[in-house]
Amino acid sequence: MKKIILIVDDDVDYLFQMKLKVEHFGFEVVTADGQAEAEELIKTLKPDLAILDLMMENEDSGFILSYKLKNKYPELPVIITTAVTAETGMIFEHSSETDKNWIKADLFLDKGIRVDLLEKEIRKLLNL
Amino acid sequence: MSILKILIVDDEPGIRSGARRILSNFKVDYPFMDEPIEFEILEAATGEEAMIIVEENTPDIVLLDNKLPGALGIEVLEFIRKKQLDIVVVMITSYASLELAVKATREGAYDFIPKPFTPQELRSSIENITKHIFLKRTTQKLNTAGKQIRFQFLSILSHELKTPLNAIEGYLNIIKERQLGDDIKNYEQAIERSIERVKGMRGLILDMLDFTKIESGKSTDKIEFIDIIPILQISLDTIKPFAIQKDVNVYLNTKDSVYIDFDKSQLEIIFNNLLSNAVKYNVENGRVDIWIKKIGDNIEITFSDTGIGMEESDIEKLFVDFFRIKNHQTKNITGSGLGLSITKKIIDLYKGHIQVSSILKKGSNFVLTFPIKQS
Repeated sequence: MKKIILIVDDDVDYLFQMKLKVEHFGFEVVTADGQAEAEELIKTLKPDLAILDLMMENEDSGFILSYKLKNKYPELPVIITTAVTAETGMIFEHSSETDKNWIKADLFLDKGIRVDLLEKEIRKLLNL
Repeated sequence: MSILKILIVDDEPGIRSGARRILSNFKVDYPFMDEPIEFEILEAATGEEAMIIVEENTPDIVLLDNKLPGALGIEVLEFIRKKQLDIVVVMITSYASLELAVKATREGAYDFIPKPFTPQELRSSIENITKHIFLKRTTQKLNTAGKQIRFQFLSILSHELKTPLNAIEGYLNIIKERQLGDDIKNYEQAIERSIERVKGMRGLILDMLDFTKIESGKSTDKIEFIDIIPILQISLDTIKPFAIQKDVNVYLNTKDSVYIDFDKSQLEIIFNNLLSNAVKYNVENGRVDIWIKKIGDNIEITFSDTGIGMEESDIEKLFVDFFRIKNHQTKNITGSGLGLSITKKIIDLYKGHIQVSSILKKGSNFVLTFPIKQS
């Protein structure tokens, strides 16, 4: 059975293009266009991995969604993608233990990441 | 800035110790300062020594005797000016030579203190200088804060321009690599969306131009007493193709001339923004109604639409630069997030008001009020 990847982003174009890429890696992709739709979706769907945009309805939608996902499915790997780092120089890392406690994400990726690296990271988190 | 450094340059030890005594317990306080300013005293006996201390310690104020052994006071002054240091220099001079005064002022000396000076003369001079420095630095701080805001604005702007570029590049790569197969029909969405994002970018650039025009200030100088209706008609003509495409009908319910003091092009910007929003965020077979009313010394213009409406919490943020409501309905709609912030800025220029009311899934009302005459 194909692994299910949930991709959440409020930019429809980014969403479409990511879906295409991740399907090309050989996964099944389910998309949501924001935190609200994603929250609806996960009531009935259990993905194997989630890729979340950071800033959607709110500046921290990705964090909140990640928190909720991890509450429901503690083992689910979550990637948060952001364009923020490249443009503002703000770096989101969760090196300290306190950060790990409140930012429930396994990995932060820049939106401009190369396709092959993206695939590698996904496979690593899925233990494939 | 609670401690200012004062460097006293004089070859007479008595003058230096005298000045130190007078200033050591001296404090300057103003109602607008958070805390009183105190002074740290440095001393130099020669011009050469003064230049070394200036370079190493950067004092805020230099009390400078012109008659020094070796390098003259005026040379120290030149040294400070060439280094472009933020130092206020006060010349201490025992003889009022006009020539020296002119030269020293030209070289950037701020004040003169006659020698010998009384403690009161020195204190009042230092007090004035302190106030001058305080105000100058406060202004500089405010300017830097202004730059900070500009920088933030630019970084958001670059983000807003890069996002559509990334989307378009992504689609072009999909097409280039034939990722959706060989049938051209599969690529329709990619092409449509690319065109949409290009349009969005063009819109952002046009909005940016409006924005800078207003931000640069000198923008109400073309005010004339003009009829609103023909200007509204221009906006209606501009929006027409878009309205037909969206299947939205626009009705202008006031036909009689209504005059107001306004710059024609700015009124057009306001109308274009409100009209295009009313159409853009409308539903199929929806409508937009415009009314103009004269109420006392004011004109009231209402734009009413049957569109998707907004949440109460979103209305508050509508006029913030780059703010866009993000939800299911708006996800395919492109916009710069600047239209309403520009509109609000123009309204403020004319001492007008804008009032927004909205019901989700029913529509929104934007009511503008302007004084007829700009005095």
